Amino acid sequence: MGTVFSFDVRGGEPRAVLQALAEAVAGLHRVDALFSTYREDSEVSQLARGELTVAQCAPEVAEVLELAAEAERVSDGWFSTRYRGSLDPTGIVKGWSAERAARLLAAVDGVCGVSVNGGGDVQLLGAPEPQRPWRVGVSDPLRPGGLAAVISAAGVDELSVATSGTAERGDHIVDPRTGRSAVTDLVAVTVVGPRLTWVDCWATAAFAMGSRAGLAWLESLPDVEALLITAGDEVRCTGGLAARLG
Amino acid sequence: MHALKKNRPLRRIVLASAATVSGMVLLLSLKPHTSPTLATASTKSPTTSSSSSPTAGSSSGTKSITGDTVQTRWGPVQVRVTIKSGTLTDVTAVSYPQDNPRDQEINSYALPQLRREALAAQSAQIDTVSGATYTSDGYRQSLQSALDSAGL
Repeated sequence: MGTVFSFDVRGGEPRAVLQALAEAVAGLHRVDALFSTYREDSEVSQLARGELTVAQCAPEVAEVLELAAEAERVSDGWFSTRYRGSLDPTGIVKGWSAERAARLLAAVDGVCGVSVNGGGDVQLLGAPEPQRPWRVGVSDPLRPGGLAAVISAAGVDELSVATSGTAERGDHIVDPRTGRSAVTDLVAVTVVGPRLTWVDCWATAAFAMGSRAGLAWLESLPDVEALLITAGDEVRCTGGLAARLG
Repeated sequence: MHALKKNRPLRRIVLASAATVSGMVLLLSLKPHTSPTLATASTKSPTTSSSSSPTAGSSSGTKSITGDTVQTRWGPVQVRVTIKSGTLTDVTAVSYPQDNPRDQEINSYALPQLRREALAAQSAQIDTVSGATYTSDGYRQSLQSALDSAGL
């Protein structure tokens, strides 16, 4: 996937944690081999060329395509698994695989807290210490090195934070309706919710929608809060975000 | 949009070098800091700059931890962090690409910037960072992992 995953695991017996970590990393490599659109021989590439059917692919492929279809429905088509006409579930794979890795690690006996950061999208489970919640800095897209906000996982056992924006790879988000770079007044959308699989998709969809429609739509989703930053350096939040700021 | 466009050339320079540093994450991040052997396991040449030994869990004294040299598309990069009484006090690049004037120009801006980011992130007492800037985030994550490994 050309990205970096970072793991922070608290508690648990070191050997068991290391073993689970090795499994989680192997799982990520497997996901890359199955889903990479940059690899000619990945199952998704073969699927896109019609050389395989979904039934012939690994079970993860069907699982991800089903989740992606759900994301497409909920976002009214703003999240899409088609990139310029061909199959490309890349938009959901990173969040889904990071969440899966986090849950695998959290299942280890004695583990009390897990943080998995997949290229800037974070899944948090539990807490790093009994009296301290996980805290996630949201990088400020207009002030490199600065933080736009700090999100705290206080009071919840699961929290994820995903950011979509132009700061990383320029105008890489495509408007599924036009097939061109999304025309948006936003430079970044950060979405907060229990599961990274979904918030990652919602961040991408809201970014393409623009600040007005994106904020209204995010506000309508249950258990989801968001922070939107416009090119004019305006910050807009959903009503409940304040409770998550730490 | 104007602000963004103006920023972009500068940012690209930062990213170009940030990406070189983020490669080390792979080496550093795959270690949970729960294991007592990790400070040494995750770094090839941990060196102490005082009497304190670089074991996980120790939060007193000064120690420097040098990451592995990572081959990036721009050349080899190696980063060292210094921790004093459990607090990150410095981040320096031990080796980085400087073969041509362009490298030097990039490094003159990007390395101090990365250092500032790392220190700023620490002052906010955060565990990790979410953002679209994956290369630079990658760096911060690698640093976070290095610090976790060091027992912060």
